[in-house]
Amino acid sequence: MSAAAIESAHNVPNADSSDGEVLLDIRDLFCERDDRILFQHLNFKLRAGEVLQVHGSNGSGKTTLLRIICGLNDSYQGAIYWQGTEVVEHLEDFYSALLYIGHRVGVSKVLTPVENLRWSCSLQRQRDDAAIYSALATVDLRGFEESQCFTLSAGQQQRVSLARLLLSDARLWILDEPFATLDASGVEQLEGLLSKHANSGGAVLVTTHHQLRVPKLQRLSLG
Amino acid sequence: MNPTPATSTSAAFLATLRRDFLIAYKRKHDVVNPFMFFVIVVSLFPVGISPDPVKLAEIAAGVIWIAVLLASMLSMDSLYRADFEDGSLEQLLLSPHPLYFMVLAKNISHWLVSGLPVVLISPILAYMLNLPAAAYFTLLLSLLIGTPILSLLGSIAVALTVGLGSRGLILAVITLPMSVPVLIFGTLAVQASVNTMSPAGYLALMLAMLAAAISLGPLASAAALRISVD
Repeated sequence: MSAAAIESAHNVPNADSSDGEVLLDIRDLFCERDDRILFQHLNFKLRAGEVLQVHGSNGSGKTTLLRIICGLNDSYQGAIYWQGTEVVEHLEDFYSALLYIGHRVGVSKVLTPVENLRWSCSLQRQRDDAAIYSALATVDLRGFEESQCFTLSAGQQQRVSLARLLLSDARLWILDEPFATLDASGVEQLEGLLSKHANSGGAVLVTTHHQLRVPKLQRLSLG
Repeated sequence: MNPTPATSTSAAFLATLRRDFLIAYKRKHDVVNPFMFFVIVVSLFPVGISPDPVKLAEIAAGVIWIAVLLASMLSMDSLYRADFEDGSLEQLLLSPHPLYFMVLAKNISHWLVSGLPVVLISPILAYMLNLPAAAYFTLLLSLLIGTPILSLLGSIAVALTVGLGSRGLILAVITLPMSVPVLIFGTLAVQASVNTMSPAGYLALMLAMLAAAISLGPLASAAALRISVD
């Protein structure tokens, strides 16, 4: 892929739908990997109430973009603003408002779903066991609460991470291929969650090859 | 967005501590292997060198300390790897709490399940090696101070190498130069007691190393982890 193949902000049609508060503001982002420019002059804004789907071919830098925004990858140039202040200066505020689910979903295989969720909740917002059990029931894991996660299928482990979406009150969700291992009902449920989150003033940044059916969907293409 | 209270750093610290204990409890072999390694290595010395009590008494302090060092390196490998592979490490890095305390929690729980048992069994092995009775207390004390230093130093090396596919000897190459001073002062302290001199000076130096390791080690580990997930 050549550097010329890069499109930028022009394909983000959010200039006119400017009703929500700007949560995330990406300015002039540039990233190069192995002498290959993944993206340059990348500008976009993510407003409250929006779901932004990043799409592009394999290897076009979708995951890299998400990891850069999360601060897991710092090989970039440009600036990332969260609610008007640069992220690197107020990392704690940003991380309090961020929920990230990557390719590796962050579910320990030897622990049970309940133990996993207790820990991940304790890092951000404390939730009691009743809330955790009801979240697991919502994602169709009733009866698996006390099974160690290595006995669960990949899709079920993905559902454990979806339960974190239910338990968190983070404003920004950054989800990397959350649909990959989900079945049809899981996909529908996650789409419902995304819409609900956007409607209640949150924002979602998601990579997927799946056709998302959510209102106020924005698209950003890479590569 | 119903606002539930944000967790305090101490709550997150305790939750991480509890989580690592749970994982250690469920993955017992990670805990038992270094412990058994320590016992086996030490018990081979009387067989391999000489069952002569006088000879054994001479080498007892060094043998136990070297075996502790090797067992500690063996146990370090499991510290961050599973978390790295399943993505929990990313969650830890993205928590709004200072990474220092999160890493410290992991180091403390790791030492409690892998370092402390080795310290506790050491008097029995010292008895097998005919260590003079006067040195028992010093041995225990020096191990109690020294093994947490080894864990904190090892944590830095493991954090640096956790992203590498196969690391083999790299871990030892990074850890050993930093650990050798601990080994030197640990054995010197025990030898001083054997020769009926005061080990206080050596132990004080080790305590200083421990203070430095607790305050700086987790910072270095945290920085190394950020590099490793990149």
